[in-house]
Amino acid sequence: MSRPEISVRDLHKSFGDNQVLRGIDLEIGQGEVVCVIGPSGSGKSTLLRCVNLLEEPTKGQVFVGGTEVTDPDVDIDAVRRRIGMVFQQFNLFPHLSVTENLTLPQRRVLKRDKAQAARIAAENLARVGLAEKADAYPASLSGGQQQRVAIARALAMGPEVMLFDEPTSALDPELVGDVLAVMRGLAREGMTMMVVTHEMTFAREVADRVVFMDGGVIVEDGRPDQVIGAPRHERTRHFLSRLLDPAMAEVEEDVPDQGGTGRP
Amino acid sequence: MADTDTGVQPKRTGLTRTQKRRISRGAQYAVLVAAVIAFAVSADWGRLQNQFAQPAIAKQLFPELITVALKNTVLYTLSGFVVGLALGMVIALMRLSSVGPYRWLAGIYIEIFRGLPALLIFIFVGVGVPLAFPDVQYPGGTYGKVAVALGLVSAAYMAETIRAGIQAVPKGQTEAARSLGFSPARAMVSIVLPQAFRIILPPLTNELVLLFKDSSLVLFLGVTLEQRELSKFGNDLASQTANSTPILVAGLCYLLITIPLSLVVRRMEAKSLREIR
Repeated sequence: MSRPEISVRDLHKSFGDNQVLRGIDLEIGQGEVVCVIGPSGSGKSTLLRCVNLLEEPTKGQVFVGGTEVTDPDVDIDAVRRRIGMVFQQFNLFPHLSVTENLTLPQRRVLKRDKAQAARIAAENLARVGLAEKADAYPASLSGGQQQRVAIARALAMGPEVMLFDEPTSALDPELVGDVLAVMRGLAREGMTMMVVTHEMTFAREVADRVVFMDGGVIVEDGRPDQVIGAPRHERTRHFLSRLLDPAMAEVEEDVPDQGGTGRP
Repeated sequence: MADTDTGVQPKRTGLTRTQKRRISRGAQYAVLVAAVIAFAVSADWGRLQNQFAQPAIAKQLFPELITVALKNTVLYTLSGFVVGLALGMVIALMRLSSVGPYRWLAGIYIEIFRGLPALLIFIFVGVGVPLAFPDVQYPGGTYGKVAVALGLVSAAYMAETIRAGIQAVPKGQTEAARSLGFSPARAMVSIVLPQAFRIILPPLTNELVLLFKDSSLVLFLGVTLEQRELSKFGNDLASQTANSTPILVAGLCYLLITIPLSLVVRRMEAKSLREIR
């Protein structure tokens, strides 16, 4: 593995009394695709949001491209320009057209001129297969199209790292494929990607590594065929069996600290 | 034997629902029509017309009614609205600030200026401030004074409206902007405020309607003939002519502006209901 692009050291995060992350260590190399899986409440989204400081960690360090994101004196806006983020709810700007969604951040943040921003916007819309929607408004697009525009918007900033926070969880099942195809293409081009997801097929086929989180810690970290195919930990096996075959799951009692919800 | 039959319908008692509704509505209309007729018959229309609707006197009001009075009403209102909007924006942002003292100051301002009658604020601005700061001149004379007074009043209401609008924009919008590298201020200006203003356009327009009426308080500031607005103008000419026709005409002028504005608001509200995302 080359120099780590993302490096997380002893990361803790609490919301009040609720300890969501309890000591995370994780390194992601340049060009690596890492899928983070785990039950809801396991802290995986919080971990992702700590990487670009949308959540401020309680303790620990995060480095992206050699810069310490958690340094109180860091120019966080400059760091975030290098980190693209895709949200579960897309978060397109509804008052702007698709093209303006891509050009406004380039012009305001990167100070690109109008022509250059428009050219880069068009390139990235073509990249996600939505060149013909350039003048549409987000409300007129399907969820899958909105999410692809959101990916294009992040890519137009020229990021070195892309974070995906459950990018397909809000989509109708038949629209998931288009978004995953765009992400697969990105992975093939060598983008460093950290993906919080429930899409096991994507994790198995595209990820270089799969990280299983539960209760605010990393339980298992390894190649997809190991973690998904032959998990070593009971908690991982339990989670995967419920995920892959939900119809067979039994009703469980809530037992704290036992492969449960991550709540104390 | 037929009594034990389970197929028997329960016996109908009294009126059907449709009949009841028809009777109740008929009664309401009857009362309404009776009230209107009683009003029309008992009022002395001749005297009313004599006092309030004399075409000859109404004619005398022109063209000053439009060129001076209506023009000034519009001018006072719009300048007050602009000042109020700018000040209201600052106060709304202070109210949402993470800095405690800003929040408290904004809260105090809103409570005081929303709680006081506009008339008291006009007197304070027109009399109190010149007494306290004898060297300070309002820019634009009376016009500046009115803009400040109306602005102070409306800013308190508009601040609350703007704050609600900002809070109605989903948090994900700010997060998306920040993740793209926008600074907090730029995210507010480029992403949040444009959406917030779309949401609060109807209540802001309502505020404009209220300001139109509040602009009549200018009369307590002491204005010259050229600075008179509709209410003062109507009132003055009513005393001159010893007849109330000017007041009726001035009132119609207000409606000429406020009713179309209300219609615009209603249309905007209907439109935003249809556009729910």
